[in-house]
Amino acid sequence: MAVPSAREARRGAFWNDRAVRGVLFQVIVAGIVVAVAWYLFSNTLNNLALRHISTGFGFLGREAGFEIGESQIPYSPADSYSRAILVGLVNTAIVSVVGIVLCTILGTIVGIARLSSNWLVAKLAAVYVETIRNTPVLLQLLFWYVLIGTALPGPRQAWQPLPGLFLSNRGVRMPAPIFDSVHLMMLGLAVLGIGASVWWARRCRLRQEATGRRPPLLLPALGFILLPPLILFVAAGAPSSFDVPALRGFNFAGGMGFSPELTALTFGLTVYTASYVAETVRAGILAVPKGQTEAARALGLSGGRVLRLVVLPQAVRIIIPPLISLYLDLIKNSSLAIAIGYPDLVSVTNTMINQTGQAIEGVAIQMAIYLLVSLAISALLNWYNARIALVTR
Amino acid sequence: MSQTNLPSSAADSPIIIALERVNKWYGSFHALNNIDLTVARGERIVICGPSGSGKSTLIRCINRLEEHQSGRIVVDGIEITNDVKNIEQIRREVGMVFQQFNLFPHLTVLENCTLAPIWVRKMPRAEADRAAMRYLERVHIAEQAHKYPGQLSGGQQQRVAIARSLCMNPKVMLFDEPTSALDPEMVKEVLDVMIGLAHDGMTMLCVTHEMGFARSVADRVIFMDRGEIVEQNEPKAFFDNPQSERTRLFLSQILAH
Amino acid sequence: MSADADMVGRLAPVSSFQPAQWARKRLFNNWYNALLTVVFGLAIVQILVSLYRWAFANAVLFATPQQCQALAGKGACWAVVLQQGRFILFGRYTYDQQWRPALGIALFLLMLAATCFRRLWGRWLLMGWAALYVVFGVLMWGGVLGLPYVEQSLWGGLPLTLVLSVVSLTFAFPFGVLLALGRRSSLPVIHSLSVGYIELIRGVPLVTVLFMASVMFPLFLPEGMDIDRLLRALVAITLFCAAYIAEVVRAGLQGLPRGQYEAADALGLGFWAKTRLVVLPQALRLVIPPLVGICISTFKNTTLVVLVGLFDLLNTASTTLKDPLWREEFAEVYLFTALIYFGFCFFMSQFSQSVERQLRRRQGP
Repeated sequence: MAVPSAREARRGAFWNDRAVRGVLFQVIVAGIVVAVAWYLFSNTLNNLALRHISTGFGFLGREAGFEIGESQIPYSPADSYSRAILVGLVNTAIVSVVGIVLCTILGTIVGIARLSSNWLVAKLAAVYVETIRNTPVLLQLLFWYVLIGTALPGPRQAWQPLPGLFLSNRGVRMPAPIFDSVHLMMLGLAVLGIGASVWWARRCRLRQEATGRRPPLLLPALGFILLPPLILFVAAGAPSSFDVPALRGFNFAGGMGFSPELTALTFGLTVYTASYVAETVRAGILAVPKGQTEAARALGLSGGRVLRLVVLPQAVRIIIPPLISLYLDLIKNSSLAIAIGYPDLVSVTNTMINQTGQAIEGVAIQMAIYLLVSLAISALLNWYNARIALVTR
Repeated sequence: MSQTNLPSSAADSPIIIALERVNKWYGSFHALNNIDLTVARGERIVICGPSGSGKSTLIRCINRLEEHQSGRIVVDGIEITNDVKNIEQIRREVGMVFQQFNLFPHLTVLENCTLAPIWVRKMPRAEADRAAMRYLERVHIAEQAHKYPGQLSGGQQQRVAIARSLCMNPKVMLFDEPTSALDPEMVKEVLDVMIGLAHDGMTMLCVTHEMGFARSVADRVIFMDRGEIVEQNEPKAFFDNPQSERTRLFLSQILAH
Repeated sequence: MSADADMVGRLAPVSSFQPAQWARKRLFNNWYNALLTVVFGLAIVQILVSLYRWAFANAVLFATPQQCQALAGKGACWAVVLQQGRFILFGRYTYDQQWRPALGIALFLLMLAATCFRRLWGRWLLMGWAALYVVFGVLMWGGVLGLPYVEQSLWGGLPLTLVLSVVSLTFAFPFGVLLALGRRSSLPVIHSLSVGYIELIRGVPLVTVLFMASVMFPLFLPEGMDIDRLLRALVAITLFCAAYIAEVVRAGLQGLPRGQYEAADALGLGFWAKTRLVVLPQALRLVIPPLVGICISTFKNTTLVVLVGLFDLLNTASTTLKDPLWREEFAEVYLFTALIYFGFCFFMSQFSQSVERQLRRRQGP
């Protein structure tokens, strides 16, 4: 039977073609965006010229001329702007890393506590989470900062909860370990021990696959990592010296010090982010269906094995992605340092903008650095997700 | 196969759907392999075959839910291309009933049925409501008109879905395994509606495993396997005397119990 | 009939709350739980007792700053809240006209409460919000109906926080929906513009966006034109929220079963009709809890405008503390402010949790 070919000869107006419509729409949108961008751009150039503000990144090589309150790398006002930015970046990194580690620990504990069968503990954890989450983070940071400044005593009456650890309104001071060649060798032995544990774990697994019996794993592994360094330590006469802070005049000298700003910022960010971590951990553990535990038990697996082989792998898959975005939030929230005077990246670039007037370049540097960090962590997250994704049809 | 400009008599042509050497690939998987098919007005066709044979893909190409890569598909005189106006026109004339019903859960039954007539055929609301109630009565579900899909059983939802498609006054109805997601006791009510439609002269293409339905209502049964039309015949000949070995194998599998 | 007779003997025992049994099961069921209960219980009791002593027993309500300083932490000096309360709540708004922002806040709370009842959702509620906008604007600015004009540089405190949150959310929402649709589009230009914007804004802190707005906007405008500081902050917060709303809406669009899109297509609905009538009503309903979460974060994020010189609620509180007279009473002031924020946020989060529960019940087991 012949295919009727009547209206098919009518090709139809070309602007009704789906592909053509798509292209037209995009051309229009792109045109509008470019036009607006051009308008803004020409205005900007005009304004910059009027205010005698130069453009370009040449100013980065010039002398900074301002002090930075605390810096972990050597810095003086005679250094260049780019060095100042580096100082700010290092400061941000310190707060971020310490904050991430501490909030993970605290958040996991609180999250598990919230699932506890003990009513009191569960309720306490819930109160903590609800209170912290429903108050602005800036308010909490300001509160901790003012608290440290006013409620803690001066250095002469500093609290000493542990020997060598001093808390005062000038910050936290603790003993700084002095590293010796012996310590370095201990570290090297520990690393070798980790390698040995990995090899031992492989052997255990192969032995289990071959014969069904699994040699003990945990104790030998710990032994590999801890024993050789310990033996070396004792044999070398136990060299352990700490630079203990001592009161000299109005303040402490020696040891490691953390300014009130850094302490307040880290503490506040840790407490705030930990409440979100707690919720994430709790949601992840709850999300593993109860049937999984039941099926595992029905197969005869014991409690610890059920947790390790069935529940935790599934819970971790659910927890890790939102956890990483919480870490990103902590890094971004560290920019609030500017409100309490801690010289992080934003604070330093802000001073730089005020001095040079080159706002666009300054903000662009800020955005570029934060974007790099975000994209790096997102890429890490995507790689991790792809690697551990459950295989489905 | 000439491309001449036929006059409007094509609209009265006895052939309403024509597929000519249609091919479709999903990546490297050849889903439809040189399909040639014509459907006459008022014809009822049942398509069956094992899963992955391309039967759903075939009917989904007819209303452009899937795109074919080569060959021609002409529906009611309009060829399916990338032209959006053509696609819209075809979709107005072709109704589809899905395996998962796909009713809009945030609208009542009546609103589900009047949505497209109001927004696509630009019908006034009162007229659309009247027409919708007529079709809802036809599928015996008019009393549920103001309920939400979530409050209905599977069989009731599928009947509403059929009424929803009918409200657009289509010339062809496509059914993609309409009873496969239903509990066994609800299959009959949906099949009864479909049989009623067939008796009223609607052109139907059904992908289904309900062989009783095929035997009683179909004008033609088509067996597809691995993207090809293996065999097509009128029901009696198809079931009593299958020609191909693959058809025989398939029939033995589904008719065994 | 006989089944009923069977059931009579099998009625469940009436359950009643037995404190002793409950305590044994939930507090002391094994040795480490018992230990935890004792330790935490003692700590809680001690904290509560000293808190009570500080906040109520030894507290003073009417005192001079000097008397407060003499208290030196033994008791709360709530006098600071009483004396500085109006400044904290309303900023530098004309003193005798402060009934106007107060009325505005009351009306806002009323609308908020009304929005919690899903039965009231519909055209009337939206019109109510639109009316609230107009009324709030009239109250705050004045200049009509015999109300003296108060320019927005004098706005501060809670009304300013509300303006910042509500206005930026209102504009961020449609923008975010468009971005989400754009990100799911198959057209490369639209897709890359949407993705670029979303990833750029989500990768940087709000502080940076605020600085960008307050420092760069004047440069973008032709010479002579100037934007008010409040407007700059509003634009910044709007741009920021839109990116986060876009991601949440995108999750909703992805969560909608593909069959819904196909059914709408099969009926012949075009893209915008399909999006407006079928896709968005369902997708948005799916993501109400995360959307409320964004409302809560935005409300908290308004505190950052202190960095661009606006006097929101937190800034007025901090300014109070800069006064040497009241410098010691930081706990009372911050507690007062925190309670206000907590009230709003907790209320909104309870609402979102109840919506979540309702949605779960509807979907069934």
